[in-house]
Formats: sequence, C-alpha cells, structure tokens
Amino acid sequence: MADIQQDIRPSRLHRAWNSDLGWSFRHAPVAVASTFVVLLLIIGAVLAPFIAPHSPFDPGSLNLMNGFTPPGQANQFTGDYFLLGTDDQGRDVFSTILYGMRISLFVGFAAVLLAMVLGVTLGLLAGYLGGWTETIIMRVADVQLTFPAILVAMLIFGIAKGITPPEYRNEMAIWVLILAIGLSDWVQFARVVRGATLVEKNREYVQAAKLIGRSPFAIMLRHILPNVLNPVLVIATISLALAIIAEATLSFLGVGAPPTKPSLGTLIRIGQEFMFSGEWWILFFPAATLLALALSINLLGDWLRDALNPRLR
Amino acid sequence: MSAIIRIEHLTRVFDVSKPWLNRVIERLPKALLTAVSDVSFEIEENSVYALVGESGSGKSTIGKIVVGLVPPSDGHVKIEGVDLATETDRDKVEAVRADIQMIFQDPYASLNPRWRVREVINEPVSAKGGDVTGLAEKLLEQVGLSAKDAAKYPHEFSGGQRQRICIARALASGPKIIVCDEPTSALDVSVQAQVLNLMSDLRKELGLTYLFISHDLTVVQHMADKIGVLYLGRLVEEAPRDRLFDAPKHPYTQMLFAAAPRMDGFGREVEPPKGEIPDAINPPTGCAFHPRCPIAVDRCSKERPEMRKIGDTRVACHLAE
Amino acid sequence: MTDTPVLSVRNLVVEIPTRHGVLRPVDNVSYDIQAGEILGVVGESGAGKSMTGNAVVGLLDSPARITSGEVLLSGQPIQNLRGEALRRLRGKKMGMIFQDPLTSLNPLLTIGDQLTETIQEHLKVGQTEAQERAIAALEEVGIPAARSRIDSYPHEFSGGMRQRVVIALALCAEPDLVIADEPTTALDVSVQAQIVALLKRLCRDRGVAVMLVTHDMGVIAEAADRVAVMYAGRLAELGPVREVITAAHHPYTAGLMASTPLASQGKERLRQIPGAMPRLGNLPDGCAFHPRCDYAQDSCRANPGPTLDTCDGRAACWFPLNIKEKSEVGA
Repeated sequence: MADIQQDIRPSRLHRAWNSDLGWSFRHAPVAVASTFVVLLLIIGAVLAPFIAPHSPFDPGSLNLMNGFTPPGQANQFTGDYFLLGTDDQGRDVFSTILYGMRISLFVGFAAVLLAMVLGVTLGLLAGYLGGWTETIIMRVADVQLTFPAILVAMLIFGIAKGITPPEYRNEMAIWVLILAIGLSDWVQFARVVRGATLVEKNREYVQAAKLIGRSPFAIMLRHILPNVLNPVLVIATISLALAIIAEATLSFLGVGAPPTKPSLGTLIRIGQEFMFSGEWWILFFPAATLLALALSINLLGDWLRDALNPRLR
Repeated sequence: MSAIIRIEHLTRVFDVSKPWLNRVIERLPKALLTAVSDVSFEIEENSVYALVGESGSGKSTIGKIVVGLVPPSDGHVKIEGVDLATETDRDKVEAVRADIQMIFQDPYASLNPRWRVREVINEPVSAKGGDVTGLAEKLLEQVGLSAKDAAKYPHEFSGGQRQRICIARALASGPKIIVCDEPTSALDVSVQAQVLNLMSDLRKELGLTYLFISHDLTVVQHMADKIGVLYLGRLVEEAPRDRLFDAPKHPYTQMLFAAAPRMDGFGREVEPPKGEIPDAINPPTGCAFHPRCPIAVDRCSKERPEMRKIGDTRVACHLAE
Repeated sequence: MTDTPVLSVRNLVVEIPTRHGVLRPVDNVSYDIQAGEILGVVGESGAGKSMTGNAVVGLLDSPARITSGEVLLSGQPIQNLRGEALRRLRGKKMGMIFQDPLTSLNPLLTIGDQLTETIQEHLKVGQTEAQERAIAALEEVGIPAARSRIDSYPHEFSGGMRQRVVIALALCAEPDLVIADEPTTALDVSVQAQIVALLKRLCRDRGVAVMLVTHDMGVIAEAADRVAVMYAGRLAELGPVREVITAAHHPYTAGLMASTPLASQGKERLRQIPGAMPRLGNLPDGCAFHPRCDYAQDSCRANPGPTLDTCDGRAACWFPLNIKEKSEVGA
C-alpha cells in the first residue's frame, strides 16, 4: 500500500533518499545525529595529515618542554598553544587522537570485513548444504563462542606474534590485530547467515532455481546471498563498534598497536598513567573520542536494525 | 494419445525423527512419515491431470518428485520414457528437464525479490547459456503483461501479476509439461479467474500438459480432464472429470464432495464429516480411510485395498461398485 | 430479537496516515447485525473487510485509527473506549475468532487455564464453577472427552480442534457479538464444514450476533443470513444472502460471483473482471469500481461516488442490475 509507483526515475542518490529507508532515516533524529558524528570523525581521521597541527610520529617536531601542557592554555615555558593539551612527551593530544583514530578505524573496518567475508561464506555453506558441513562449521562456532571474544583475540594475537620474526613485529602488529579481531568475530555473522539461509532456501524462488538445474554454488551466490544481506549489514555496523572497542582493549592491555603507532586504545593506556596526577586531559580526550565513535556507530546500527525489520515498519 | 508421464508405484518416506542424540536419550524409535505410498497413474499428452486432497495427502510431494526436486524412495517417474532419478545419460536428463517446469503456490515467495523481472524470466535460458534477446518481453506480453514491466522489480506487482510472471518464467525454456502446485490458492477470486483463463489459453496455444495440484474442488472441476483423489499419501480414486463428479465411488470422495461449500447451498444443513485426517506417521492399518468411513467392514481395517477398475474409474475400495 | 441491533456500525471511517498521504481502508461503512444473525462480510484482499472487524473490536494497529463514525454495541457507543474498559468489553460482550488459531492461544498455558481465566475474568464464579463451565464450553464445541483434555496444551491439538478451542474461548463469557475473521481459511475442506456447522449452531442456539469475515463465497452462501460486499474500503452491496448471490445489484458483486469456478462450471473460460482492485492510495474518482465496470457511464466518474444511502439502500451503484422494472424495460 505504501509503495506507490514512481514513474519518474531520477538519480540513484535521489531515489535512495526517497526510498523507505531514506524516509525512515530522515525521521530518526538519533540516526541523523549519529551519522553526523561518525562522518565527522571519519573525515577527521582520513584527513589527519592535513588537519593535525603537529605530526605525533615525527620525533623531530617534538619538544619535551611542551610536555603536560593543559588544554586551552599556552605552555608556561615555550608559550606554544595546544587545543587539547599535550602528553608527557609533548605530543599534541588533538593530533594524536586524529592519527589514533586512523589506526582504530582501519583496524575496525578491516577486522569486520574479514569477519564478514569469513562468517557469511561459512554461514551460507552451513545453511545451504546442511549435513556434515553444517555440523562441523556450527560446532566450531559453538566452541569459539564459549570463550570470550577478547580472549580468543589475545590467543590469536599471541600465536601470531610468536611466529613473526621480532624485527617485523611492530610493522606486523596492525595486521595481526586485524586477524585476531576478525577471527574472533566471524561466529555471529555465520550464525545469522545460516539462519537466514535456512529460511530462504525453502522459499519457492530457490526451488525454481533448482528446477532450472542451477548449481548449488550459483544458487547460494546469486539467489540466497542478496536476500540475507540485510541482517549482515546490521551486524556489520554493530560489529564495527565492537571491533573498535576490542582493538582499544587489546591496545590498552599492551598487546595491540605499538606506542610508535598509537591507536585510541594505546592513547588511553598512556593517559591512564597520568590520571591521578592531575593531567586528566591525556586520558579524557582519547576516551571521549572512543566513546563518541562507538556509541554513534552503535546507535546507527540500532536504527538500521529497526528500519530493515519488516515487522516494525 | 500417449502417456507423457508415467508414475509407477511411487513411494516417498521422510525421516522426521528427532536428532540422533535425543532419540538415544529419550529412547524414541525412528519416526518415518510416508508422504506418498504406492501411487501409480499416467498423464496423457496435452491433457490436464489434477491431484486433489487435503493437507497431508502427499499431493505436493508427488509434484516435487515429478519435477525432480525430491527423489522418490521407491517406484519410478518416467517423463517421455526417461526416469530422472536413475537416468545416467546427461543429455537426456537435460532435455527432459527443459521439458518440465513448475508454478508454485505463493507468488510472493517464488520470485527473487532482488532480481529484475527480466532476469527472473530469462534465468532458465540464460543459465544454460541460451540467447535471451527479447525473450522476457515476448513472454510478458504472452501472459498479459507489458514488455515495459521487464525492467521492474517483483514488489511492484500484485499477486495476480506475479503469478503471471511465474508462468512466463515457466514458459521460458519452452516446456511441454507444467506442474502447477496450488497456482491460484493464494489469489483472490476475480484474479484467480484471470490466471486460470490464461492457463487454459496457453495450454491450447502451446499444446501443454498440466499436472494440476489443488485442494479446491471447484477449481479442479473447472480445469481438469482427469482427476486423482489422494488421501494420506494413497491414490483412492481416479476418474475422468465428469465421471468423478457425477458418480464418486470412494466413500472419501463422496465425503469430500458433500463437505465442500456450495454457492447455492443457502442455509444448507448437512451432517459435517466425522473425525479428522489421521497422523501420517502412524496411519491406520488396511484402508487408511476406514476409521472415518461410514460403510467400513472388518476387512477394511486389515487389508489395504488394491486399485480396481470400474468402468472409467479406478478406485481403491473393497466395497465400491 | 430486540429492536436495537447488537452491533450497529454508522458511517465508520478508518484512516492510515502514510508519507504518501492519508489512506482510507474503511470508508463510510454502515451496517447492523441483529441477535442470532450471521452477517457475512466478503471482499478481496485489500477491500477492508478485516480492517472493519478490527475497528469494531478496537484492535486497529497504529497508525490506523477511527476518524469518524460510530460503533454501537447494543446501542452504546464504543468507538472511543480505550484500555481497561475496552478490554473488559472485548471478552464479555465481544468474542473474536481469527484465521490462525495458534496466534489466539497462549502456547504456555493449558486450554483449561485459558478458559477458566477468561470465565473468571468476566463472570462472577468460583474456581470449580469456572472449571465446570470450561468443560461444558469444550463439549459444546464438539471436543470429545473434554474433561480429560482440559489439561492439554494447544500444541497437542490438531488445527481443527484448536479452532474449536478458540471458538469455545470466544464464547465462554457469553458474549453478544462474535467477530470471526477468516475462521476456516487455514483448515481443510472436511474440517471447514465442521467449523461452519458449529458456528451456525452456536449462533442459532445462543442468539449470538456473528460477523463472519471471509473471502469464500461458498462459506458465505451456506452460513450467512445477510452479506455485505466490500470493495476498496467501501460497501458495494448489502442484502440477504440469497438475493445478493443469485441476483446481485452491484456489477462488482455480479462479477465476483460469476468469476468463481463454481458459477462457470462446464464453460470453457471463467468469467473474469478485467484489471485489479485499485491501490488505496490511488483510488479513481467517483465509484471506485468504474474503471473495471462494463456498465460504467459518465456519472460514475463524477464525485461524490454512489453510496448505499444515496442509491437504493442495497447496492452502491447508480445503475444497479437485476432490478425488476429495469429488466422489464430491457426485455
């Protein structure tokens, strides 16, 4: 009833804006606000080299005299001014946050992508093929679920670190982090996709495709996959927030991003050393950024889940 | 006229047991559901053969076995002399597969919502690497839609229009036989009339053979040349349409006809049928209908009746004459 | 029979605000149901027949709401009732039977619990008395060995038996009105016949007014006393069932009856109505049926369209069929 046909077909963007999803988006202030925050943070991270007043990775630009400058005040020795203050090394907190977000977001997106590709593939196979394939995949998933994700990630991280030669460790740290978080997170994708596949594979359009004689591979890829993507999108969004937090947790525990390439988690770890000595800003601003990022992505995921749920429409 | 489909002693058993571990712990036996039990019939070329029955009668299962979606447990389905389940010659199998298509009950579930109508209709041909230039457009016009509709998505169509799209897809590979599984039971009466008329027209134009599966006696009476009545997976009666409706022989057929609501049945007070369809996992012994049968005798509970030929009618009842 | 009808619906309008404008799934519908009468409401999907029933019992899903008109239950307006008052009325004065019996039964409670709970909620009786009444109610709807089955759970019953339990549940508080929304659609032919016979018997024995919403003309013909035909949210025709089916005044009703395979038996082709019911957001001017009507004339396109009141009270059509005078002129 609600979808009145539109004969004029303007641009793709315009159509998306006018679609049910676009309509629901425009009428959800929380979603609009979260998107704004997320976009702002992503743009900040991407453009960090152009926006950041200092480069935190260039030891030559650091002046130890600038250490512990409070936010919004000029340094008492050098007279330099830092928006969000500096840490013990004299690094500009605002700049480290921008660069830290780059690491955090990159690890988050890459880990979710890995988890998604792995989970969707295994979920499709388990749901469509059934039998032993399903039993093996889903039992592995069950076993993995009995361990906390962060523990699994640490385990994978530990193993990976053990087999990389020491000279590459710092360079490889980011990739190991992505692998660890991605592998610890595929299970929920697999479960949801398997469930959706079980429903879809009994629908008549799949029967019709079988009847035509299409191969199981073609049916999974061309018929079922596009129809199970909605829940995957929702989970991917929420997983992104979780992956960013997982990365921060690992880095906070000291097993993640190295101090030479600090992520938000590393910054928080550094900052917490100064929390009780009065230099609160070193901890506060990275933590607040992490909170804003994770919360906005989560709220966006919540909205997406409701908007894509046909029963709530 | 020759038989294009020959079904011989078809049986299909489904294992509906609980998982192995539950069975061991709860000491449950294996639960086997006989959906189709020793069914034999033939469909003549260019005719409409209808299977009627209530839920659990196995009519849809037979349809799925015929098109090859479900393998039989026992017995044979021979289409143009080829048994899809056992034939090893791939070319023969491919040729027969292209000759048989299916139309499903739910027009909302039988079209992939993410595909354009053109892709949906072309799939049977394009998946085999065939030439699909203008195919969807031609078929859409043949089923009473417009060629422009090829670029739309299924959700832009009503139920009746979707069923037309399904028919167009079924016709794409140029089949000789179409299995129709309750093709109009999800549609409104006036739309049902449109779809049934379309199916009749197409049959005449293209010389199609239909295996028409339905629970609706009125639709079957309108469409079919020959009708098989199923009860609990067994064929209980088979007769040409007029013969069946004028003189039903099997007590179940008689009960079904009496129970069907009628447009001229104003304030009709009939004694409704007794009992319900039994559990197919533990069907009654002998004739499956005997617990509800008004004329059952001792023999009916002990001996399963054979199909007997009485005139044009084949009936599985000890007492029918 | 009393003079006040059990249910009286007056100019009922239900509206749904959407982002494409306001839809009217029920548009200016009026009818009465007397005690002991079965009113059949027929129409195709989207005609507004279920929405009418839901509006009467106050079960409209938001954002749909009644925007004008009255619903009178034994002369009392109920369309503005909310919350507790409506809930009490629903069990006590109105019973409901839906298409899928599983959705109206709580799967976690035994049917005995559900029945006694409903009885005790609405009638001032003790536990033992309620239990006895529950058993009596189950026996009345034809459940064999009711006393021993009262502690069974809904999933232990077959579809037909479940629908009987729902009927017992709808009737156990002795309501004046029962709304049955497609009560037999999910059932097999033989079970359907049992349920229809049961509804008819209960209606006659108890003097309950029944609103029977269905798309099955055969069920209507056999069960209903009068029938209301709906099209695009409006009443197309309202009259005694025999007359409406055999001599329809509205061309839509005539087309609908003729397009059933039953009516065209022995013919090559079924009579069909061209086109499909218009979407609610896209109704034609004047009579909503005119684009599909063989008899449409210019006045059919003019607003306002015909209603029962502005026409002969039987069919909402400027040029009704099967009228004596007219057919004489035509002959």
